[in-house]
Amino acid sequence: MIPSDSVVMTSVDEVLSWGRRNSLWPLTFGLACCAIEMMATGASDYDLERFGCGVFRATPRQADLMIVAGTVTLKMASRIRTLYEQMPEPKWVISMGSCSNKGGPYWHEGYHVLKGVDRIVPVDVYVPGCPPRPETLLEAVMMLQKKIRVQESSMGLLGSLRKPA
Amino acid sequence: MTFEEIHQKLVAKFPQAVQGIEETAPEKSLKIHPEHIVAVIRFMKEEMQFETLGDLCGLDYPALPASCVAYHMQSYAHKKVVRLKCYLPREGASIESLTSLFKAANWLEREAFDMFGIRFNGHPELRRILCPEDWVGHPLRKDYQTPDYYNGMPVPLYFDNQDESTAGNAKT
Repeated sequence: MIPSDSVVMTSVDEVLSWGRRNSLWPLTFGLACCAIEMMATGASDYDLERFGCGVFRATPRQADLMIVAGTVTLKMASRIRTLYEQMPEPKWVISMGSCSNKGGPYWHEGYHVLKGVDRIVPVDVYVPGCPPRPETLLEAVMMLQKKIRVQESSMGLLGSLRKPA
Repeated sequence: MTFEEIHQKLVAKFPQAVQGIEETAPEKSLKIHPEHIVAVIRFMKEEMQFETLGDLCGLDYPALPASCVAYHMQSYAHKKVVRLKCYLPREGASIESLTSLFKAANWLEREAFDMFGIRFNGHPELRRILCPEDWVGHPLRKDYQTPDYYNGMPVPLYFDNQDESTAGNAKT
């Protein structure tokens, strides 16, 4: 409880970062079976909204978090890159599941699978699992929030804009 | 209706089309001459109550060498599935399309074309269905080589740290 006649000192960075990390808007973007777990994470049982990350948007123009949930085929890869470029800055990417991390079960013989979504977009948090359980995705979101806090307070007001793309 | 009865009926109707029985698991297959496949399937559909095309797929036999198209004809009346196989030359394989009889054949034939390069004459829209339009080659052929790059994206897993001389051996 803050006394009414006191002053709270903070920085603009801190306030911006607080707003960004607690209001992540993910892109509605499921590619394969991991998307089912992502939907479960957003639904009432696991309730991603509790952590300020539940407003799934159907357009990349309104989203600032891309959860790559599923197998990235070569056919889809160029679309993913387009969607990523359509998202406004600052933006973050969670790679969910073995497929988008490193090709998953298609790592050896899959002629049609991109061996890791980090070959086309920069990834902030990798989530292992096939598919990962919803708790794992919640953990990843909290790790991302921690990362945004550290990153923005250490890199300044435009820190996230200077993030290498 | 047993497999033998179906075989005898088809042999009686199309003596030159039925090339024999192939011992496949779990059920036997009928080898049909590719030129007569549409006539045989039309007869099965209209006269023998095999009204459903359960599956249509391509196969590749590099040892024979041959390409093959397998048709799974289903009958709910007889509770029976019969597999018909048509052997084609491995290079430049083509066969009459079934789309005039079954609309379900449309996408199945496109898949067989995409994966094995088998051409279906008379198909209304024979283009790739799973691979991208600009894909090179037919991936389920046994001699298919995974490309090193597709649209500038590296395809093999262990590729980043290798120079070009070993790029073709990336799958180790």
